[in-house]
Amino acid sequence: MAEAKTITLNMGPHHPATHGVLRVVLELDGETIVKATPHIGYLHRGIEKLAEHRNYQQIIPLTDRLDYSSASANNIGYCLAVEKLMGIEVPKRAQYLRGIMAELARFMGHQLWLGTHALDIGAMTVIFYAFRDREMIMKINEEISGYRLTPTFFRIGGVAHDATDEFIKKVREFVKWFPKALSGYHTLLTENKIWTTRTMNIGAITAKEAVNYGLTGPSLRASGVAYDVRKAFPYSSYDDFDFKIPVGENGDVYDRYLVRMEEFTQSLAIIHQAIENLPEGPVQTDNPWIGNPALSDVEKDISALIRRFMINAKGPNAPQGEVYQAVEGAKGELGFYLVGDGSEHPYRMKVRAPCFYLASAIPRLMTGHMIADAIAIIGSLDVVLGEIDR
Amino acid sequence: MDTQSVVARIDRKHPGSILKFIKDANEIVAAAGSFPQLMKAVHEENFDMLVDIVGIDWTPRIPRFDLVYLLLSTADFTRLRVRLQTEEGQEVPTVSDIWHSANWGEREVYDLLGISFSGHPDLRRILTWKNFDGHPLRKDFPLQGKHFDKPFNPETIEDY
Repeated sequence: MAEAKTITLNMGPHHPATHGVLRVVLELDGETIVKATPHIGYLHRGIEKLAEHRNYQQIIPLTDRLDYSSASANNIGYCLAVEKLMGIEVPKRAQYLRGIMAELARFMGHQLWLGTHALDIGAMTVIFYAFRDREMIMKINEEISGYRLTPTFFRIGGVAHDATDEFIKKVREFVKWFPKALSGYHTLLTENKIWTTRTMNIGAITAKEAVNYGLTGPSLRASGVAYDVRKAFPYSSYDDFDFKIPVGENGDVYDRYLVRMEEFTQSLAIIHQAIENLPEGPVQTDNPWIGNPALSDVEKDISALIRRFMINAKGPNAPQGEVYQAVEGAKGELGFYLVGDGSEHPYRMKVRAPCFYLASAIPRLMTGHMIADAIAIIGSLDVVLGEIDR
Repeated sequence: MDTQSVVARIDRKHPGSILKFIKDANEIVAAAGSFPQLMKAVHEENFDMLVDIVGIDWTPRIPRFDLVYLLLSTADFTRLRVRLQTEEGQEVPTVSDIWHSANWGEREVYDLLGISFSGHPDLRRILTWKNFDGHPLRKDFPLQGKHFDKPFNPETIEDY
């Protein structure tokens, strides 16, 4: 009998369906994948090394570039870690504004995922609708910070400045509009026969294995583990809001799709509650070593000008110590492990990137499936290479 | 879950494997000799997710490196940290046979800090390339890179 022959196929790093520069070496027996080896590192910029040479304020824009499709969700994790290290209390209004921005970032991440995931599998229409609504959030980001994709709106000890009336109006408009858009997404995909055939029972993983592989976020919840950092370890006033954790059953591509679609509704509920109950008050901590003086004070008062300059140019010092702060990013548990040594820059910053561990499960998920399913599996994990490679 | 009682149970089972327990940070400082037994016992105590492995270079301290294993129990969401001190050139027993997520976690530590793991199934560099010179997150590695003054030739990169 002739020996079975396998062929090796190199997918990526320049492949439109790998969502960046992910390279997967596939070993194929006919059309079945017998082995998949992911290669990463094509986007490695050394953010952890850079952070050791920057002061605490200057690192915030670096964190925007981790998961660039949902930038504010990274900012909140980093800022909370620094605040935990320094022992700073953030005013309630700033916490709510952070919550709104982080949830809007989750929307942006999920809309990018929805559009590209559907496009990869062959449903072209969805991306146009997803990006139409994503544009609304881009406008909100632009209104509050001046940037569309990477707002860098958060500061250590609060947010950069107070929300404008226009911002609140735009968020309210978005909250009112989005349920209609979401039902449009569902009409296009959820009961679509081609979609369900391509996604059901593909890349399934059990709860036990998913935990062992370090999966977090929607990919873990699709397997039936109700682990959400916002509920398990509430931060930034998330315990004030009423929302549910959507959980799947089978842990396949279709369940991961359903969980993320339900997360749209839950995030919308959080934004709605936060914007309607936005408390009054300051948006920066009153600690004079960390909180920026208001621009109106800077115009009149020389000491405020010097203080603002020092806070932004030199930055605050953090005490010695080690903290780990996790937040629920769009992709899963995003953690920052900070080691302070008493100076104005961290001794070590480690980013626990959810996508890193999602990508490590690719061999397990792909083996035994057809080559066409490889695309569906990568899409359903929603990996962003900026975060994997750091 | 009460981490204090977990630590007491593990200490009874493997005496001497825990050097110190820091209550505020939920942190175990592990003894190098019986590290694999300790990690197996921690896993049996329902800490079923290895969230991440953090390597810290404390040069010129001896031993030079700290490895911090961040653990989570998905049953009741308790966190635990296990710290292991290790010296340059010393091999650390792998935990990838207990938690699969350690496979890539250890590869990253190996790549960026140059700590080897014994018994690892696939110990290769992960973020940099095969013939990369040095380990970027060591404190003696310059920020600009080692060969900043020479032109970079991509043709010299060896891939796995």
